Amino acid sequence: MQRIGVFVCWCGSNIAATVDVQAVADALAKEPGVVFATNYQYMCSQTGQDMIQEKIKELGLTGVVICSCSPRMHEATFRRTCEKAGLNPYMVEIANIREQVSWVHKDKAVGTEKAIILGRAAIAKVQLNTPLIAGESPVTKRALVIGGGIAGIQTALDIADAGFPVDIVETKPTIGGKMAQLDKTFPTLDCAACILTPKMVDAGQNDNIRILSYSEVEEVKGFVGNFEVKIRRKARYVKEDLCTGCGLCMEKCPQKKVPNEFNMGLDNRTAIYIPFAQAVPKVATIDANYCLMLKNGKCGLCSRNCTAGAIDYKQQDEFIEEKYGAIVVATGFNPISLDKFDEFAYSKSPDVVSSLEFERLMNAAGPTGGTLLRPSDRTHPHTIVFVQCVGSRCDASAEKGKEYCSKICCMYTAKHAMLTREKYPDTEVYVFYIDVRTPGKSFDEFYRRAVEQYNVHYIKGMVGKVVPEGGKLKVQASDLLDNRQIHIDADMVVLAAAIEPDKSARPLATKLTASMDTNDFFTEAHPKLRPVESPTAGVFLSGTCQGPKDIPETVAQAGAAASKVIGLLVKDKLIGNPCVAKPNELMCNGCSSCEKVCPYGAITYEDKPFRGPNRTTLIRRVACVNPAVCQGCGACTVACPSGAMDLQGFSNRQIMAEVDAICK
Amino acid sequence: MQAVIKKKAKELLECGTVDRVLGWKAGEFFYDLTPAVFTTPEEIDKDFVFSVFSGANMSKYLIEETKKEGKVAAFIKPCDSYSLVQLQKEHRIKRENCYIVGIACDGMCDMGLVREAGIKGATAVSEKDDKLVLETIYGEKEMPKEKALLERCVHCKSKKVVDFDEMIGENGEENPDCGRFDEVERLEAMTPDERFAFWRSQLSRCIRCNACRNVCPACSCEKCVFDNPDSGIAQKAAASDFEENNFHIIRAYHVAGRCTDCGECSRVCPQNIPLHLLNRKFIKDMNELYGFYQAGADFETKPPIMNYTTNDAEPSVVYQRGGSK
Repeated sequence: MQRIGVFVCWCGSNIAATVDVQAVADALAKEPGVVFATNYQYMCSQTGQDMIQEKIKELGLTGVVICSCSPRMHEATFRRTCEKAGLNPYMVEIANIREQVSWVHKDKAVGTEKAIILGRAAIAKVQLNTPLIAGESPVTKRALVIGGGIAGIQTALDIADAGFPVDIVETKPTIGGKMAQLDKTFPTLDCAACILTPKMVDAGQNDNIRILSYSEVEEVKGFVGNFEVKIRRKARYVKEDLCTGCGLCMEKCPQKKVPNEFNMGLDNRTAIYIPFAQAVPKVATIDANYCLMLKNGKCGLCSRNCTAGAIDYKQQDEFIEEKYGAIVVATGFNPISLDKFDEFAYSKSPDVVSSLEFERLMNAAGPTGGTLLRPSDRTHPHTIVFVQCVGSRCDASAEKGKEYCSKICCMYTAKHAMLTREKYPDTEVYVFYIDVRTPGKSFDEFYRRAVEQYNVHYIKGMVGKVVPEGGKLKVQASDLLDNRQIHIDADMVVLAAAIEPDKSARPLATKLTASMDTNDFFTEAHPKLRPVESPTAGVFLSGTCQGPKDIPETVAQAGAAASKVIGLLVKDKLIGNPCVAKPNELMCNGCSSCEKVCPYGAITYEDKPFRGPNRTTLIRRVACVNPAVCQGCGACTVACPSGAMDLQGFSNRQIMAEVDAICK
Repeated sequence: MQAVIKKKAKELLECGTVDRVLGWKAGEFFYDLTPAVFTTPEEIDKDFVFSVFSGANMSKYLIEETKKEGKVAAFIKPCDSYSLVQLQKEHRIKRENCYIVGIACDGMCDMGLVREAGIKGATAVSEKDDKLVLETIYGEKEMPKEKALLERCVHCKSKKVVDFDEMIGENGEENPDCGRFDEVERLEAMTPDERFAFWRSQLSRCIRCNACRNVCPACSCEKCVFDNPDSGIAQKAAASDFEENNFHIIRAYHVAGRCTDCGECSRVCPQNIPLHLLNRKFIKDMNELYGFYQAGADFETKPPIMNYTTNDAEPSVVYQRGGSK
């Protein structure tokens, strides 16, 4: 029989206001095996922890039940407390009477009853707990960064600076991401390329950084400290080590009608291309969808003109496998598709553009060489209407758009408006907004400058309709402050499209067993206290894959993610989790069900001799679990048809005992 | 058919291909044919029987038989062959230790239906065209075979033997339009109360003889959870008769995704409980949620509930379509 101590926490008034903590302690004191039960204001405080340690020593407790907040919050704290008092940390159970009781119930009687029941379940489990000892596993001192935008670049640079090798996997032919497409950056209006490209060059030249551009993560196995990742290096039909990036092939390529994705399709590029002048690596890539040689076998001009002999039409996708200790996700964002917002005539008129397209139209390296010309007739627009929140802050019941605020649009629209007025003072600029949100250092000053100094017309209200007519765009909108309808004949309309996570994020999350929210943003281990870690150990988050962010925030988070990775990689050994699966070999059928469901590849099979009847030996195929690889997810325990697989610390018996205690 | 099968069995023993043959022999009555192992041609001549009552699925017996020294021959009907493949996928049958003779099948019969047709005192059976000829103590009687077919054969899902070394007769085809889910749909259309009443009336007849479990090829664990004292449910006195009914529901969950719908559970039930409907409900749900899947149809595919794809139905979808539908 265990000697169990029960400690009921008030959590100030968080629990005590809705749960009669004294009644809980009194009721649980009567449970079998309980030798001590008490309650205290803050169990996690030093005084609370000292009390637990004293009682363990004084009463010789063999098990401890703490009725408090979620184990996600303080399980580790209380395990350490008990370990210091000489108790095995896995003899501690938490009954969550805060998130599951006081925060969801109003009636004190109901809350108290439920708290007692949950406490009873935890006691029933501790009765069956056994001391567990954690194993150790080594750490591979190399990091993987998935995504080569500003987030990925910054994270990689910071990790590399600490002396650890880093691989950046980028699906595009070059790193740089969205920031490379931007013109100026708010609130300082310095040019994006001027601050980004030196970082790209740093990354390209850093001895600790290997850039795997035009590559994708194919498969992820293993666990924190010991990931094994298979990376697909897509065939670019150009030998990376030979190509000098001279660009002669691009001059010679006869296929010049390929929509240029870097310029948002506003102009064309050749089938063999380098996305932009400062690309890293500066290596050409052949677009197999358009290359005449790859499609029809007729052409070969680039190959004939390449002095380096770098063209290889027979190149195939290659796979490399590498081990990593940590993985950083930096997959970034994209503007949403505007298909469902045709009230703004996006598909009907080329002069209705998204903000990212506008960014290219303003950019000196863009399709118009930095002169603002409207796409339809390449004339200067004299009236421009900016529409904010296109697809952001939509009603949950609306069938289009996102519920969240995309965060960056208010600021970049102010930037666009200001730059337009600065360069072309004869242009009238209107901005339609729901709210202007400028919480950031020097942000509101920036917006005020647009209104007060540059005379941008900010109108609170939404544009209802845009109709292309006689070379103009008839904009119908409402001014909510004046309560009147407005009609504007505009030359251009710019839509601040909501941003969403890159489409590659969802399948990647599956490969990483990392969790996502309903919008496909990666979730953090804790929204406030662990914002750059995913709940999956060893997987970290950088940039907009975790939520909408501007550049300064992204860079800050990238550095934070890097410091977490460095903190992991400097360790030589990781203490494992002893709550791993263990098969009962006498009952195992060797059916492979557990092996099939194991996401970590922790289960293998071996033929083992067993004692049969009449002194015979039977050879049977049975499961073996590698405790260093097992993450204790428990999928195998439910897949096993005969219940031969059990999770230590969460055995079927323990869970049944909890259920029985709850249903008593 | 019996003559061809017996000839093949003797031939396999005589030429040394195998040293044992798994077949059927008569039990107490001519219609309760029992699986049996034969080691000599003489035994085969004497006891081997194949008739419209050779319904027993031979695959499960190969688990133990293929653990032994030497090689065993087995005669496998189309529906048995799915279990054979499924058990190989689960590493339960050593395929190198057995020689599989596939046999074409046009349905097995249920003695209960023969009696229901008014034929009493039968002592032997034979087939003539599409009729059953029964010798009885009152003289020879005939009835259409289709009227005596087992339920699983009326809704036969496949006449294709999916794994064999040689075939007797011509191999058939799968039959996706067999209507085997019609009865499940009828149950789904009931209100929850009606359905509860239906299953209570059926399952309350259970005498826990364990015949369904013992015959089921998917129920071949080294130790069944119901016999394992650590499972918390073994040898536990039922708190109510309803708890006893749960045995079948738990069993259906345990074989879900591995059940090939061979129908043996219902065939052997002495109380005539339509147990196969529980399994079919699960198969139908899995087909609807995860796409068509037939356990044991091939060696490669993973059962949908032991596999994860990004296209899987979200739990909320699974939840919403349940309930009173």
